Amino acid sequence: MRKVAIYGKGGIGKSTTTQNTVAGLVELGRKVMVVGCDPKADSTRLLLGGLAQKSVLDTLREEGEDVELDDIRKKGYGGTWCVESGGPEPGVGCAGRGIITSINMLESLGAYEESEGLDYAFYDVLGDVVCGGFAMPIRDGKAEEIYIVVSGEMMAMYAANNISKGIMKFAQSGSVRLGGLICNSRAVDNEKEMISEFAKKLGTQMIYFVPRENDVQRAEINRKTVIEWKPDAKQADEYRGLAKSIDENKMFVIPKPLEIEELEKLLMDYGLMN
Amino acid sequence: MLLRHTPTEITERTALTINPAKTCQPIGAMYAALGIHGCLPHSHGSQGCCAYHRSALTRHYKEPVSASTSSFTEGASVFGGQANMLQAINNIFTVYNPEVIAIHTTCLSETIGDDLPQIKKKAASEGKIPEGRYVISASTPSYAGSHVTGFSNMVKAMAGMAESTGKKNGKVNIIPGWMEPADMEEIKRITKMIGVKTILFPDTSGVLNGPLSGEYKMFPEGGTTVAELKSTGDSKGTLALGEWCSADAARDLDKQHKVPCSVLDMPFGLMATDRFIDALRTIAGVSIPEEIAHERGQLVDMISDMHQYLYGKKVALVGDPDQLIAMTEFLVSMDMKPIHIVTGTPGKKFEKRIKELTKDMGCKVNVKAQGDMFLLHQWIKNEPVDLLIGNTYCKYIARDEDIPYVRWGFPILDRQGHQYFPTVGYKGGLRLLEKILGVLLDRKDRDAPEPKFELVL
Repeated sequence: MRKVAIYGKGGIGKSTTTQNTVAGLVELGRKVMVVGCDPKADSTRLLLGGLAQKSVLDTLREEGEDVELDDIRKKGYGGTWCVESGGPEPGVGCAGRGIITSINMLESLGAYEESEGLDYAFYDVLGDVVCGGFAMPIRDGKAEEIYIVVSGEMMAMYAANNISKGIMKFAQSGSVRLGGLICNSRAVDNEKEMISEFAKKLGTQMIYFVPRENDVQRAEINRKTVIEWKPDAKQADEYRGLAKSIDENKMFVIPKPLEIEELEKLLMDYGLMN
Repeated sequence: MLLRHTPTEITERTALTINPAKTCQPIGAMYAALGIHGCLPHSHGSQGCCAYHRSALTRHYKEPVSASTSSFTEGASVFGGQANMLQAINNIFTVYNPEVIAIHTTCLSETIGDDLPQIKKKAASEGKIPEGRYVISASTPSYAGSHVTGFSNMVKAMAGMAESTGKKNGKVNIIPGWMEPADMEEIKRITKMIGVKTILFPDTSGVLNGPLSGEYKMFPEGGTTVAELKSTGDSKGTLALGEWCSADAARDLDKQHKVPCSVLDMPFGLMATDRFIDALRTIAGVSIPEEIAHERGQLVDMISDMHQYLYGKKVALVGDPDQLIAMTEFLVSMDMKPIHIVTGTPGKKFEKRIKELTKDMGCKVNVKAQGDMFLLHQWIKNEPVDLLIGNTYCKYIARDEDIPYVRWGFPILDRQGHQYFPTVGYKGGLRLLEKILGVLLDRKDRDAPEPKFELVL
């Protein structure tokens, strides 16, 4: 089983990209589990056709410690298993600990056992690696490949660089590696070239360039992935392409994060090229 | 009447524990770690945790308990405890040079999300762990489970030291669970009599029941050695005593090194000991030695001689799941009636097991996992008992309700003997019985009207 974690700046489209990619992998015949590691619990909405999921932590809170696997995972589009870690309401508690608790619980309940026949487990992780809890998915023995969703905007690249620092720390003593950057286009100038160059400097690759397309938004309103909502849309093919690239990816590296000056220079160079 | 505010009427409580029947995970982890020879337990958290856990053990065993701490400050809570841990490993090997450092976490380090396996690897790659020295670790947040969970987690970490060389060592692993040092000694005596070669882990005998020799040894003679722990992967089988304390480690050995395991109850009382002895006999392929049959006969003799004083006596029990299961079976087998049973440790299967053991008793049994002593006290107020068995914290209930009371379990803070006299096996069964009869007959003598005050009982 390949264990994949998707990181990236908040609002960059991690959940959307993850779910659409998973839909693509399902079409390739892969068995996937998606574990949402975001207190908002919206990482599986498109696969489940709505926010129908009761999160692991809600279940834990209501039913005590005797929780069963079927209490916390739900079958979504194409037979994918969907799990939402969940977490506290904004402003209270410790969301990071919530992620540690839910991933430990999934493990002890046997969600990752061979008998489950999974080809992929995807962790969709909130925003940045802000604390130990949000690094849980990349601890040794958990996710082994990371993809960072990024766009050509400064703050997205800044976050990607920061996440690379986190990966570097864990990669030194564990098996986690960076699999590439997924560029979720914001249609800024020279975006494709800039992210390719950024990826190269990090020592990785831009594994796919997902163009900006309103069909994504339309599918979201319909609570569906693009592939499910409009299988013949051009954007559906883009996600199929991304799924295929990930499925065939062989490039796993320990990233070399950039200094801030270097990052800013990259932006200047490409942003001012015209 | 120190507990005079305990109401008889029982109301549902969801968010409040009063007089808990459990303590912190790290206390269990620390106790288990002391069962490794030459091991320094290390608490990864703030200093207060470590101080409390050490003193909790010292108050029960009346022995010094050495343990180190990562000494978290505000900075460590913000930036993570890696720097402290690395420094600690370096200091510990430089200053105390133990063979093993057994790290357990605390609520704080768990909440900030320190990743111990990663820190251990970093320490190793930076050369901070000398050749032939080991660092093992267990995750022990106290907001989950209980001291029993912490014990089990550390025993699992010990099993993680196992290696398989491909050549069997002809031994049997015995994971005794949380029992007193004297009990572990007794297990070794029994296995020796039957002629089974064993690796007992953890083994706190000789560590927490040592003699006063005038000389302080930071690392006493006792404990399972590193070589033995490594060799557990080559054993021909594992007997795990107790589902809560020992089963996880045994199953890990099965999974990692194909060492088959069977999980038995802890051998307290007649029947659980029978099953333990039978398992040993089968492994050794021998018939039961005469000495053991003799000891069993003595226990059966005392049970039948004194049956009239035991029959129908109602008992309230509080303690840890593995121990309570064996004790309940023992009491039921002597026609006593354990009717109120509480453990602070979670696990619904505990309630199920107790209900099974008591189903033919012909009366209602109150049992609760993740319960507390307040509830036990309320149950007792509603249906009084003739005997209370539990740790020292029960003394308040025993005094208020005027119930004969036997101290058994963890912790015992106000009486002695548990470190030196076992309660496992047939001999241990005799001792339990002696204690039970002692308090029951004392009560009979105290309360008997003059014409009924008998010389011979």
